[in-house]
Amino acid sequence: LVFTEEDKYGLYSNLLFKYFLAEGVVCGHDLFVASAKEHPDNILKELPAPLLDDTYRNELGEEATAVKSEDFEDSMKIAWRYQNLPKMEASPTTSTKFGHYYDVSKTMSSELFQSIKWHGFYLPEELSFQPKMKTCIMNSAYARLLQSIQRIIYQEGFDGSDPQKKQKNILRIGIQSLGSMLWGDDICSSDTPEDIHSLTRFLYVLRGLLRKSLSACIITVPAHLIQNKAIMERVTNLSDMVVGLESFIGSERETNPLYKDYHGLVHVHQIPRLNSLICDVSDTKDLAFRLKRKLFTIERLHLPPDLSDTVSRTSKQDLAESAKLLSSGCGAMAIGKKHLDF
Amino acid sequence: QGKFTLLRDTRTDGSFLVHHFLSFYLRAGCKVCFVALLQSFSHYNIVAQKLGVSLAAAKERGQLVFLEGLKSCLDLLFGEEEEQSGQPSPLQFISESASNLKALFDFVQTSLTPAGSDSWKGPVLLVDDLSVLLSLGATPVAVLDFIHYCRVTVCSQLKGNIVVLVHSNEDSEDEENELVVNSLCHHSDLILWVEGLATGFCKDVHGQIKIIKRVSLELTAEQDLVQIYQYKIQDKNVTFFARGLSAAVL
Repeated sequence: LVFTEEDKYGLYSNLLFKYFLAEGVVCGHDLFVASAKEHPDNILKELPAPLLDDTYRNELGEEATAVKSEDFEDSMKIAWRYQNLPKMEASPTTSTKFGHYYDVSKTMSSELFQSIKWHGFYLPEELSFQPKMKTCIMNSAYARLLQSIQRIIYQEGFDGSDPQKKQKNILRIGIQSLGSMLWGDDICSSDTPEDIHSLTRFLYVLRGLLRKSLSACIITVPAHLIQNKAIMERVTNLSDMVVGLESFIGSERETNPLYKDYHGLVHVHQIPRLNSLICDVSDTKDLAFRLKRKLFTIERLHLPPDLSDTVSRTSKQDLAESAKLLSSGCGAMAIGKKHLDF
Repeated sequence: QGKFTLLRDTRTDGSFLVHHFLSFYLRAGCKVCFVALLQSFSHYNIVAQKLGVSLAAAKERGQLVFLEGLKSCLDLLFGEEEEQSGQPSPLQFISESASNLKALFDFVQTSLTPAGSDSWKGPVLLVDDLSVLLSLGATPVAVLDFIHYCRVTVCSQLKGNIVVLVHSNEDSEDEENELVVNSLCHHSDLILWVEGLATGFCKDVHGQIKIIKRVSLELTAEQDLVQIYQYKIQDKNVTFFARGLSAAVL
């Protein structure tokens, strides 16, 4: 269960959402798309087109060769010990191919859609059906959504209930902007919501459904609007993976020289620890994303060299503040207390 | 015998302790009732196999009673009316407006009360994790009542042990959770508190564990015994070492 905290204007989290669905189409998985504000048909029309292997390698390859040719000339003179360290890879290497890459400037062709089966859930259209579940448990919109998901899982045999189905496939579920007012939940608008357990109960039941079947789910939530932080803590506990996107639009970080190459930060709050005692933690916790003309990339955030002549106290302070915020770790591995600074 | 152990984690995942206690008690030959609210049976099974215990076999021979919370909840909400047998679901409180956990307690009591033919040593109740009950709608008072009833039955009457995992956070905004955790801390005989390192993330030391033996509860005017170790989790094992003496440093 991948839980994504939306950035302020929802631009980038929407992109991530579409990537998840697009990957499903390319891999031949079935899709289930749920939204309260956009019709699933429209969402699916806007999925990014997959890049064929050659074009992507060419693009990456060009950048890589441009950099390499400069290097061979100068060897390090002062910090020569660093020469032997491997060059830091800012983006994933092309040698390890996992998943596909997408071109955000083009939309996916409809031929690719023909091969997969997809189901949509558009809340305004579903309001006429009565949910079978008792509605005192949770918000009726959530109840309807759960009912719909459960029905699809059962009917299409994702939970193994149909032994005659030979081909096992995966169901990719995408739920957009859960918890927002469009779903009838008031956790985004008031400090003391009417039914504080609606969202958490929904997530628990969803988790049960996911564990029982061959499915994966991504949910985007406007976390910045949720007033009651206790809900966010509980929700983090109930999800396998929690990722937060923070975009720089409209914030003071837009002009911070530290972030000039990037459009936002990626906060990984929790990574899944399934079927094992440990989880696979990457070396670095500081990730940033940027949206180039064709690609959306997530890279390690590295400080640019401090080369300015006039290094005033205030600007250094800003950089130090930002740098402190960077290494805050993620929930599955330990986070330290904040009072220590260097 | 008759001890209540509280597993507490702050900003990190203390579930490795749950896996440890599960395999520990099963190997010791105790009858275990495991209320697993957060993960599926296969997850625990796979990890337990790495630790050398087979949960499926334990279930077969009646040593382990496993309540898979996620599955039970689905059965409750999506199950057909005819399927529900005479026994109410242990997680009934989710669908009812009354939020008492009596059904869950009845389940625990029936699982751990020894039947005539049992030859297991002492009963054990293991809960992973208690904070989920609050997310599902139980009030903090209901949760504390449940634990109290379990203590009376399991610890006092049956002379068994209880191990419970909770999450907590010093600057948490979840007041209900903090209330439950603080209350349980006061009543525990042993607290294992797993935290992140104060200096932040480290690849070789995953965190520190504080072991608090509540000797002060025994009214002998002694203070609690506190020991602190650091640990690193590996695929099949967890290594503990004194602070600052991780293998990477030596």
